[in-house]
Amino acid sequence: MSQSTFDIEKKVTTEKLRFKPKSKGYIPRGATFLAVVIIILMLAIILGNIIFGGAGTISVKFLTHPPEQGMEAGGIFPAIFGTVFLVLLMVIAVVPVGVLTAIYLHEYTSPTSKITKIIRVAINNLAGVPSIVFGLFGLGFFVGFIGDGIDSLFYNSEGPVWGQPAIIWASLTLALLTLPVVIVSTEEALRTIPSELKDASYALGGTKLQTITRIIIPQALPGILTGSILAISRGAGEVAPIMFTGVAYYLPYLPAKLNDQFMELGYHIYVMATQSPDVEATKPILFGTVLVLLVLTFMLNFVAIYLRSRMRRKRVRV
Amino acid sequence: MYAYDESIEAMDKEIKEVPAKKNSGLPDYKMTVDNLNFWYGSNKVLHDVSINVVKNKVTALIGPSGCGKSTFLRTLNRMNETIPGTRMEGMVRLDDADIYNDVGDPSHIRTRIGMVFQKSNPFPKSIFDNVAYGLRVNGIKEKQLVTDVVQESLRRAALWDEVKDILDHSAYTLSGGQQQRLCIARALAIRPEVILMDEPASALDPISTSRIEDLIGELKREYTIVIVTHNMQQAARVSDFTGFFYQGNLIEYGNTKEIFTRPKIKRTEDYVTGRFG
Repeated sequence: MSQSTFDIEKKVTTEKLRFKPKSKGYIPRGATFLAVVIIILMLAIILGNIIFGGAGTISVKFLTHPPEQGMEAGGIFPAIFGTVFLVLLMVIAVVPVGVLTAIYLHEYTSPTSKITKIIRVAINNLAGVPSIVFGLFGLGFFVGFIGDGIDSLFYNSEGPVWGQPAIIWASLTLALLTLPVVIVSTEEALRTIPSELKDASYALGGTKLQTITRIIIPQALPGILTGSILAISRGAGEVAPIMFTGVAYYLPYLPAKLNDQFMELGYHIYVMATQSPDVEATKPILFGTVLVLLVLTFMLNFVAIYLRSRMRRKRVRV
Repeated sequence: MYAYDESIEAMDKEIKEVPAKKNSGLPDYKMTVDNLNFWYGSNKVLHDVSINVVKNKVTALIGPSGCGKSTFLRTLNRMNETIPGTRMEGMVRLDDADIYNDVGDPSHIRTRIGMVFQKSNPFPKSIFDNVAYGLRVNGIKEKQLVTDVVQESLRRAALWDEVKDILDHSAYTLSGGQQQRLCIARALAIRPEVILMDEPASALDPISTSRIEDLIGELKREYTIVIVTHNMQQAARVSDFTGFFYQGNLIEYGNTKEIFTRPKIKRTEDYVTGRFG
């Protein structure tokens, strides 16, 4: 009855199991290291090039004055202003929708339900759509459909009022593009909230809504903030989605109304590099503009990383 | 005699629209459960559990891990409904009212049947705000009233002397045992009639555990308590009645002394004498 497993007869003697000698693994280590070197080198070349080319251009005047002489002189203030305005509108549009979507997905549906799966696939697909497609969609939907619709319903004027490229349509197009970023990082934040906290709220007679507004959202706030900043740094650099929906080559005035056109840093770089009458003459300004855009984006990313690490440190013990 | 007596009345008026209590003919039973069945998805975890919880007594639920005792406890205040994919059949009554049918939003019944969890789970808020939370979500905003109830609840949970000077500090500055007493104070603040405790001392050191046990002995004068515990000595020490769960069935239920000294069923005897589990 109590037969040991060692009583089973060995069919294969230990001598027959001759293992292959192994190499010391220099090749995989070398190959992976080489890949890292290439990446770092590329990054260094790009950054070095931009900093050397652009640092000399940066001055107070450059940051606070409009372009002059067909963009061969002057500053980029309207483009900075337009970028900030654009991104601000985008945040106002994308954060509430993204946060509410994440809350719906995480708190109101079961993760295994069919509808949740379909919505998740849709969000992932949204994240994978090329940005030029968003631009065309924005032109067709926001400018053509919504804008023209408003014009024909509420305005009898000759020319278009809302049915033309404008900062509001560009920012909504960007909001659509950055929606997945906000949804994903908010959901990530929601996942880190221990269920014990929600249980405690329910057990004290809190309703679902009270639990969400008093416990869940305050806990998820750093994550929501991180998502918003990642969305900003993504949106601030995009050119394709705004190309048809509102950005202008050059404007003598700053945008003041939602249906004004605007200048933007990324697009400004594009026009200076390709459309300017004398590309060579605009080169220093071009480099300077790229540097400003990069610094702006890096700064936003740093803030996002800082907030996220703070959130991890301050996170409630589970 | 003190201000809080008035606040009890005020709260009773404000937060408890108690369904009219009729004389049920079972005056000793605070809660009755009939033929409760429960599923996680298609996995049935409770089989026809029926139990009567006696008023102002401590009822302990014991059994090996995974026997369904915690799940059962959570059906008593509809906490399982917060978990998607669960299903329940059967009747749970508080006094005369079917808690699954008689009242609208499940959050309402939880103001009458409070709960303390295994892991102390204070909110990332101040000590004061933790205790006040239950009042605020139930619409009590008047400052003096909230302050009085918070103070009273902390006293009853035997925590007041340790925290009276640090009410605005984060609850996380407290030790594990203090946090658990804070959670008890928080549960007391909404003046429930029944308190469910899910292994409230299992994560605590012996001294904190004995303080919690003493507290349970005090609390039963005013509250009806149902406690799930892994610790059989604890069940024997604190409870008046004991139910033994095994594989989703309530195997035996009765007077604690009887269960521990003269169990009627062999499996209960094996468990309480440590032969398995």
